[in-house]
Parts: sequence; structure tokens; C-alpha cells
Amino acid sequence: MTPDKLKLAGHVKAINWNRIEDEKDVEVWNRLCNNFWLPEKVPLSNDVQSWATLTPDEQLLTMRVFTGLTLLDTLQGTVGAVSLIPDAITQHEEAVYTNIAFMESVHAKSYSSIFSTLASTKEIDEAFRWSVENVNLQKKAQIIESYYHGDDPLKRKIASTLLESFLFYSGFYLPMYWSSRAKLTNTADLIRLIIRDEAVHGYYIGYKYQKGLEKVSEERREELKAWTFELMFELYENEVQYTHDLYDSVGLAEDVKKFLHYNANKALMNLGYEAMFPAAVTDVSPAILSALSPNSDENHDFFSGSGSSYVIGKAVNTEDDDWDF
Amino acid sequence: MSAVAAEAAVGEITSRTTSSPLIYFSSASDNTHRFVMKLGGDVARLPIYTYEETLLAQEPFVLVLPTYGGENRLGAVPKQVIKFLNVEQNRKLIRGVIGAGNTNFGETYCLAGDIVAEKCHVQHLYRFELMGTSDDVDLVREGLEEFWTRLSLTKKLL
Repeated sequence: MTPDKLKLAGHVKAINWNRIEDEKDVEVWNRLCNNFWLPEKVPLSNDVQSWATLTPDEQLLTMRVFTGLTLLDTLQGTVGAVSLIPDAITQHEEAVYTNIAFMESVHAKSYSSIFSTLASTKEIDEAFRWSVENVNLQKKAQIIESYYHGDDPLKRKIASTLLESFLFYSGFYLPMYWSSRAKLTNTADLIRLIIRDEAVHGYYIGYKYQKGLEKVSEERREELKAWTFELMFELYENEVQYTHDLYDSVGLAEDVKKFLHYNANKALMNLGYEAMFPAAVTDVSPAILSALSPNSDENHDFFSGSGSSYVIGKAVNTEDDDWDF
Repeated sequence: MSAVAAEAAVGEITSRTTSSPLIYFSSASDNTHRFVMKLGGDVARLPIYTYEETLLAQEPFVLVLPTYGGENRLGAVPKQVIKFLNVEQNRKLIRGVIGAGNTNFGETYCLAGDIVAEKCHVQHLYRFELMGTSDDVDLVREGLEEFWTRLSLTKKLL
């Protein structure tokens, strides 16, 4: 890092939550507060027996995956979300970033709760050592961090959204996989809370990126779009190697890659761009999708089901009381 | 509140009526709006803010609405959609629901669509994420076409 003057938000005024410029700030602040949780609320110790049924290789993989996720959460909590504050458009946006930063630190700490419940100090220390030494893991953190320290506020938001909505998923796959096989189910419950938070973070930072785009020239918009896809590609190539490195030993790499494609599409959509990967390579195993969201299977939908059971719904007059949501 | 909305619906009908077969709500993030624009055709967007007057449907329609993250059942349906459905005429004309959401929200994925479908006794026709992929757009376009055709055939048979 250069010894430049520390960049902070400009002249600070008292924040007035009774004068709102962007309703999205209040909406997201409220949502984040409603979603607030702490790892102590999740009965992780119920997973101790299940942990013992994993092979040593599976345990090692799980430890490594979680230290990898810890690194990303640490980066986002202490550098990423904070780096977005000086360029916020509204003061309420600044406040939302402080909320995001704190929650990322909660996520990072929650992995340590999992570790201390399931593993020995020696195993924990070894997994953290691995996270420092793994080339692909370090590379993804370095790529993102370089833009956090860079001087382009919109590129910072792109990097941040890709971290929130894409880079976590090579790791999130594993607890969903264990959950689908009825293993480490309490750990999976905790990870689902993190997954929910990251969706709101990616959505909000992506939204603010698009607000920022409204203020720049068409030429600059084109440049940033091209840059987004280049960065996505660079990160994707690294993620593929990281995935093989981790998951080849248990034969899951191919399905993890589908999960990467699926989430890469969602990350791009959060930035306002069209999905890049076609359906043929985003068909993640249904067991994983249903571990993520029990209503996500296709049979739930009328249009994508077999079509043979087309029941015409009938609108029934309802009383106004029914609308008391 | 519902009585007020229904009463207001009687006045100034010309400025707020719509005959579109597809009515949707999308917040300032415009995700659902983008999906609907990709579908094309005759569509009507509900007002973004609750203080604005809502629409009054004139023809049968399908409603597209998003669910935002992590709500419980209470509060899942956007207030602007509640205001719209508080108008009895709108409830009479709704024929189906399409939900937008994010599977990251687990059990509440597209929950608002489930709630409206249940309350209005219509089908939750399709679910998609964020602004939808091109496959989602194709499926919904074809699905809606078939849906309206079948609906008009059923009507003729009755």
C-alpha cells in the first residue's frame, strides 16, 4: 500500500433518516436489520456426531472450504464494504455499508464457531495455514483487493458485487451438498443465513453501481460493461482451478462448476447485465438447489412442468378482510 | 384502508385504468421491469410508491411480482401490490401470478407470489430469479400464450 492520505467520506453532516433521497436505502437497511443473526443462535454442537461420520479427506475439504470463505468475509468486512463509503451517493447509503461491513465480520466469526465446535486447535491452525498458502484462494482475494485499493469507485462496486454474488459459491456448494445428504445440517442452517445476507448485499451494491452508471457517459458505460465481463472471466478461470484443486478428491468438481455458472449469471444480473452462461451449463443438481431453496424445483411451476395437468385457476370473490396481510 | 382504495377507484377512472393482460410491480431496482420488457407485448406497471394512485384493471390479467429477501409471511407482498389487490375489481380479474425472487432466500423464494396465488385462488404460473434469463423469457412467453388460449377456449365451452 502507498502511504497516501487515508481516504474517508467527505465533510460529514448529521444523518437525517427523516429526509430520504433513495427509498432503497431505507428498504435495504430495514431488511438487513430484520435479517440480523448471530452464530450463537444456531445449535452447531448437534453436528458433532455427523462430523464424525465424514472421512478424513471430507473433513479436511470442509475445513479448507470454510477457511476460504472466512478469507472472503474478512476481506469484505474490513476492506470491501468500508471502501465503498467515501463514494456513496447518499448518507444513508454510507450507513448501509457500515451495516454490511459488520455483518461480514459476523460471517467471518461464525466459521470460527463451526471450527471450534467440530475440530481440534491443530486442525484449525492447519486449515488457516492452508488458506494463506493456497495459490488460487490468495489470487482471488488479491484481484478483488487491488480494485478496492484502486481509484475507480464504479470498478470497486463491480469487484464487490462479484465477490458477494459469485466468489463465495465454490465454497457454499459444500455445506449444501452435506445438507442434501442429511449431514452437518445445523452448519448448513448457519450457512443459509450467510447466503441470504450475501444476496441482499450483492443486490444493493449492484443497484448502487447502476445508479452510478446513470451519471456517466455512454462511452464510459460501455467501457465498464466490457471491464465487468473481463473481470468475471479472469475470476472464473481462477475459480475453476480452485474448484478442481478442492473438489477433485471427492469427485464433485463438475457439479460445483455448474453452480459457479448459475451464480455468475446472478452476479451479472445484480449489476444489471444479462446472464452469460446458457441453461445447458447451469443445471446444478436438483438436490443442491433444493438444499438452497425448497421451492426452487421445476415441478413447482406451471409453465415448466409437463403441461399435462393444466388446471385453470378460478378467481373467487374474496372479502376485503382477506387482504389484511 | 381497503374501503378507501376501493372508493377512490370509482373516481377518475380514465387516468388509471388498464386493459393490459400483464400487470407488474417492480421497485426502483427495475429487475422485474427488465424481465417484463424482454417479454414484450402490452404490459402495465403498478406505481412504485404507495402514495400514488393504483391501477384499475379492465380485462383479465396475470400479475408479476417480486419477493425481497428474508421476510416472514407477514410483509412479503409489496404494499403497492396490496393496494392494487384491495380493489375488488382487480381481484376479480386476476387469472394467474408469476413470481420473481432469489433462491438465496431459501424458503421465502417467491413467497409473495405464493401468497397472492393462494388468496386469489389462481395458479402461481412461474418463478424466475432477478431479471430472468433468456430461457425464462422464452418459457413465460410460450406459457402465457398457451394459458390465454386455453382460458378463452374454456370460456367458450362454458
